[in-house]
Amino acid sequence: MTAPSSPLGTVSVGRKVKDRVAQVLVYGAFGLALIPLVSVLWTVVSNGLARLDPTFFGYSMNGVGGRDVGGGAYHAIIGTLQQVAIASVIAVPIAVLTAIYLVEYGGDGRLARAIGFFVDVMTGIPSIVAGLFVLALWLLTFGFAFSGFAGALALTILMIPTVVRATEEMLKLVPNDLREASYALGVPRWRTICFVILPTAFTGILTGIMLAVARIMGETAPLLLTIFFTKAINTNPFDGPQGSLPTFIWDQASDPNQNSIDRAWTGALVLIGIIMLLNLAARLVARRFKPAGH
Amino acid sequence: MTTETGLASQAETARHRAPTRAMSTGRAGDRIFAGAARGSGITVLAIIAAIGVFLVWKAIPALQANEAGFLTSQEWNPNANPPKFGIAQLAFGTVMSSLLAMLMATPVAVGIALFIAFYSPRRVASGLGYVVDLLAAVPSIVYGLWGLAVLAPHMEGISAGLNSALGWIPLFGGDSPGKNSIFTASVVLAIMILPIISSISREVFLQVPRAHVEASLALGATRWEMIRMSVLPYGRSGVIGASMLGLGRAMGETIAVAMVLTYVPGINLHLLEDGGATFAANIANSFAEATENGRGALIASGLVLFVITLLVNMAARAVVARRKEFT
Repeated sequence: MTAPSSPLGTVSVGRKVKDRVAQVLVYGAFGLALIPLVSVLWTVVSNGLARLDPTFFGYSMNGVGGRDVGGGAYHAIIGTLQQVAIASVIAVPIAVLTAIYLVEYGGDGRLARAIGFFVDVMTGIPSIVAGLFVLALWLLTFGFAFSGFAGALALTILMIPTVVRATEEMLKLVPNDLREASYALGVPRWRTICFVILPTAFTGILTGIMLAVARIMGETAPLLLTIFFTKAINTNPFDGPQGSLPTFIWDQASDPNQNSIDRAWTGALVLIGIIMLLNLAARLVARRFKPAGH
Repeated sequence: MTTETGLASQAETARHRAPTRAMSTGRAGDRIFAGAARGSGITVLAIIAAIGVFLVWKAIPALQANEAGFLTSQEWNPNANPPKFGIAQLAFGTVMSSLLAMLMATPVAVGIALFIAFYSPRRVASGLGYVVDLLAAVPSIVYGLWGLAVLAPHMEGISAGLNSALGWIPLFGGDSPGKNSIFTASVVLAIMILPIISSISREVFLQVPRAHVEASLALGATRWEMIRMSVLPYGRSGVIGASMLGLGRAMGETIAVAMVLTYVPGINLHLLEDGGATFAANIANSFAEATENGRGALIASGLVLFVITLLVNMAARAVVARRKEFT
């Protein structure tokens, strides 16, 4: 799409140069963005491979000092999986129902507009503030102790807006004909939503949920304030401090010993690996199952 | 099309059944379901309200015990007796690092958006967009690790260069440019907010009416002239809104900043020198050692951060929404 040379005269040199400069800058901007991406992935993989061994997945850090070799992230992986699972179990129903309210019931009413606006606002809440909120509510007001569940509550707050937005977009894609056909058959509204609209939008919603899970899995800040910290295995998310992959990395990276730094990098590799897999799976789901009716 | 055949068979059975049994009107189910949906929506509102209420409530005791000016003091000693703490330094570090990050990220992000929307081959455009979105998938703790191990050593030379070239500007002045400075933190932040700015800008650019683009090309405009005359004016408010969302994101970013930035008490105008603090990083760094009063103080500073990001985000949403009304 270079400037066409028209019979009315050629493009002046100045304009051509400007066009070319702009093109170089735009290409450069894209290249510039690739540098950190490639560098981050490369560093994580090359530094993380050192400790990517069975010990890392089979053992906790209990009794392992910063200088010691060995030790692993078993406690952290268990913790992360449990916290993210609990957060999803709480967040997904609330978020999906909220999206259903916004699309199917709310219309243009004041409540729906307020909810829509504050869901947007909620997207921008800093993760550390979510952690502080759970600290203020769950730990300081209700008097519960640090636990994996408290961490899951903080993650829930971060997950809800993402899932609401994704579900809302998908529900809007469901053709109105389907709703009308269902109503015309005398199917009650709630059955229409549960058995016609939701199944139609299902894969889109699933993609949104997977992306949201990938996002909250890497959150560190709220967990520091809610699950606190332990080196030992704790499989009960409702009792006492729990490990998690992000806080594991945070802890190991703050130790100047090379063995700890290596563990931190491997933790980062495992975390990034899980997140990228979730992302990839979400894209595949989205591509494989296009919304029905299209 | 399985859904439609499903519907058809449902209709079939309904017709057969009709004479023998009255169809359920589903009124009770409808009420319950609508109530649940509405209740969930209200829950979301309640959470936002509760965040404000509980942060204020738990901050008040610490604020009352505070012996220094909360807004003006640069000191952060909430665990001392008497407790003295103020947010002046935190506010300075937060605003400076995220503003710098926004200034660095916005031009690059707009360039990326233009590249994907107008320069790259159409077939690979969505793939390239996905590549940029991958930057958003990297967790902040990993950016922190990377910033500390890879970026910071490189930043030492860059900072020294900037310092000798632009040292006459106070912000770039100072005697000892270092690698764990607010400037380094802002570079990490810029990378982290790049994807959100570029993906929103890209969406805005793709909405530019085809007719505008084709009209300017038909008038003999070069591609750059087409972008400057029909794309950028159309997308301007969208880009502004996007960069403000990026600003809000940068202000709340915690772990990457906490790892890259070394804490040194007191406001230092020389951004290239080591040291500084932000709201979020300070919370993450001081929480483990905080006493009861210290936690209250951290909650108070978090409340300020919450209010600032709320205002920035609401303004950004308003800018983006206004654009929608006009088009």
